[in-house]
Amino acid sequence: MATYQLSVNGKRKEVTADPSTPLLWVLREELKMTGTKYGCGVSACGACTVHVAGVATRSCIVPISLVGERPVVTIEAMHDDPVGRAVQDAWVEKDVVQCGYCQSGQIMCAVALLKATPKPTDKNIEESLGGNVCRCGTYVRIREAIKRASQQLA
Amino acid sequence: MMHNRRNMLRTFVFLLAISTAWIVLLRVADQAKSAASNNTQAGGLAAWEEVYSVLTSPRCINCHTATNYPQQGDDRHRHVANVIRGPEDKGVPGLNCASCHQESNADSTGAPGGHNWHLAPLSMQWQDLNDRPLLSAVVCRSVTDRSKNHNLDGPGLLKHHEEEALVLWAWNPGRRPDGTMRTLPPLSHSEFVAATRRWVEAGTPCPK
Repeated sequence: MATYQLSVNGKRKEVTADPSTPLLWVLREELKMTGTKYGCGVSACGACTVHVAGVATRSCIVPISLVGERPVVTIEAMHDDPVGRAVQDAWVEKDVVQCGYCQSGQIMCAVALLKATPKPTDKNIEESLGGNVCRCGTYVRIREAIKRASQQLA
Repeated sequence: MMHNRRNMLRTFVFLLAISTAWIVLLRVADQAKSAASNNTQAGGLAAWEEVYSVLTSPRCINCHTATNYPQQGDDRHRHVANVIRGPEDKGVPGLNCASCHQESNADSTGAPGGHNWHLAPLSMQWQDLNDRPLLSAVVCRSVTDRSKNHNLDGPGLLKHHEEEALVLWAWNPGRRPDGTMRTLPPLSHSEFVAATRRWVEAGTPCPK
């Protein structure tokens, strides 16, 4: 076990965990931040996506020992982020969610995309969210909502 | 009179002998030089084939694709999760290489990692569009083409093979998600560097 000083959503958090513990489980089990979801555990579905130093990161395969000083931002902080807020509003407006399980990961990737590419094309959206799987098949509404958020932010 | 003629003849014979000996010596030296050059060329080409065997191993060639995606595994299958190359060979926002690949291997989860994880540029593709490794001569010409290889000369290529973090990663590739070790290239890193050095010292010859 080791103790880590993390920056999560702008707050310092001290966590004691085995160095091999994935960031996902530190967030969910130690910090009780359950907005980030466990999907596949092998970075193949995107449900566990958070931002680490601004990069959309699959938290299920990043051990806590490799996070270091880099700030972690999760779905719980998106309502305080202008882009995150616009995306969440668009998600509601377009009624994107069906079961909702994958949606926090979808939103985290959509925010990363819009911060880098404010006016994404269909191709940009398909490529950037190509690793986020939705069993309900909400892809069309996700694309509409990203474009809506982009308009709102323009 | 007779004496003078004899002296002249003697001098002529002497000069002829010296000239003949000189010509023979020059020819022998030339042949030796040519043989040495052939040996160097042959040695250099043999060394290149050793280098090529490493470059086309999965640990190296999986990120030297001709396509818009990397590969993974010893069977060199397309990378999972629809990962694509992106404009800077580092994926795209939301799905960057760094979304999973950290500064070092994550053996507990099976994600390989290293500094500045990225695909090799398309100019350094070592496969065709059907994911088949290119021929040795083609890869050699590509590797030695300074308009394609970040302007590296022979010593620059040697240094790249000796020190580049992602080259070194091939010999420390970490564990797969199932906990087993990833396979290594066919040569050790020191053997790879020694082969590169022999190839560079031979003038980086390429097969025809």
